[in-house]
Amino acid sequence: MEKAKKSEQLVAAIENGTVIDHIPSDKVFDVVNLLGLTSITTPITIGANLSSHKMGSKGIIKIADRYFSEDECSKLSVIAPNIVLNIIRNYEVAEKKAIPMPDEVRGIVKCCNPMCITNHEPMQTVFRVVDKTNGTLRCRYCGKDIPKDDVKLL
Amino acid sequence: MGTNQKQILKHILSNTDYSMDNSSRSLISLEGLDRNDILGLLRQAATFEAKPDRKILDGKVVATLFFEPSTRTRLSFETAVNRLGGRVIGFSDAATTSSSKGETLKDTIMMVSNYADLIIMRHYLEGAAKYASEISPVPIINAGDGANQHPSQTMLDLYSMLKTQGRLDGLEIFLVGDLKYGRTVHSMLTAMRFFNPTFHFISPEELRMPAEYKEFCRENGIRFTEHSEFNENVISEADIIYMTRVQRERFTDLMEYERVKDSFILRNDMLAGTKPNLRILHPLPRVNEISQDVDSNPKAYYFQQAKNGLFVREALICNALNLL
Repeated sequence: MEKAKKSEQLVAAIENGTVIDHIPSDKVFDVVNLLGLTSITTPITIGANLSSHKMGSKGIIKIADRYFSEDECSKLSVIAPNIVLNIIRNYEVAEKKAIPMPDEVRGIVKCCNPMCITNHEPMQTVFRVVDKTNGTLRCRYCGKDIPKDDVKLL
Repeated sequence: MGTNQKQILKHILSNTDYSMDNSSRSLISLEGLDRNDILGLLRQAATFEAKPDRKILDGKVVATLFFEPSTRTRLSFETAVNRLGGRVIGFSDAATTSSSKGETLKDTIMMVSNYADLIIMRHYLEGAAKYASEISPVPIINAGDGANQHPSQTMLDLYSMLKTQGRLDGLEIFLVGDLKYGRTVHSMLTAMRFFNPTFHFISPEELRMPAEYKEFCRENGIRFTEHSEFNENVISEADIIYMTRVQRERFTDLMEYERVKDSFILRNDMLAGTKPNLRILHPLPRVNEISQDVDSNPKAYYFQQAKNGLFVREALICNALNLL
């Protein structure tokens, strides 16, 4: 517990904005890319490899003065279903949101089947989420299932 | 055609249960079809068997786009179009087309759909036909997309079973050979789920039916038994034996291939104690998994099976064009 508190302190608090917590350490920059954070001008703090009771190691991203729509957030569930979004207002956590897995994922994930048409044509990938608990995706085109751990972003 | 076969055809034709919904036009896989859809298509196939030459497609142009070579399927589809009075354009080798210059599938489909009323395509990439059906203004029939789907083959397999057994319900079906990679056996499980079959899976250890398909059987209440031996005792209760090729390139362990390659061969002497209604099917091409001496046994049905492909494809084409 003591250790976790110290880690929290490594990252500066924000007055208003969004804190994305419980990101697997190796997915931190995927989250940055998915949310388009490289083009945001408000202050952003990115922490990786912080110790976590739940996960062992985790990442955290704090974005000042910026809130995200459900649609934007749902993309994140594809790479990290356990991410938690904290909405911060006046230094307080005003809301804690788990991210719901969408029914369908369009244009974010690459199909892991090298013989799938989506890897050869300039077209959008589409996956149906067939198992929301385990985050398994099924390609609309070749029908192959992609387990959560094999999900690769485009 | 024997008297019994004629009676069965008559039965199929007179059975009013065999009707179908004509709402969907492209045929990409059989997953979306229900029992009535399947029986409706088989009934249509029977009408074409009774009278294969009709001018239903008069004035229609059908494109056969074979990005991957396939003699049997292409000839069967093209014969079907010709017998229905339509005309065929297309190619049988993508090397002679603009796709070899880097043209996208989308551009090829958009271009060809300007000329043709229907596109029948085979492609080496999985999902190609599904994608084509989403962008094409004319219907698409999938004549095989890589290791994924080959619905017209499954329909002709079903038609062959219906014709030889007089029913699809409650059959004892023995699938033999490569059950791991064989797309025809996988599609058959999907299509037969409406007909209360009992499957017997007979294969070498390395080529067993994948877990997800066994799970599919359990979910759909399909009975199945697995066997690692292939002999006369195992097949004594079979209504249908569906043979497939055990291919050398499928083995990671070539020693294992050498050990099992001759264990999954059907020989004529194995058929002595089998049921009189048993018929042997094979999607062809055959290599050595069915001995030549089986060919003259009346239970061998694989060449007639291929012929059934013509009638089934006539039905699929007319259905895709909403002409029935």
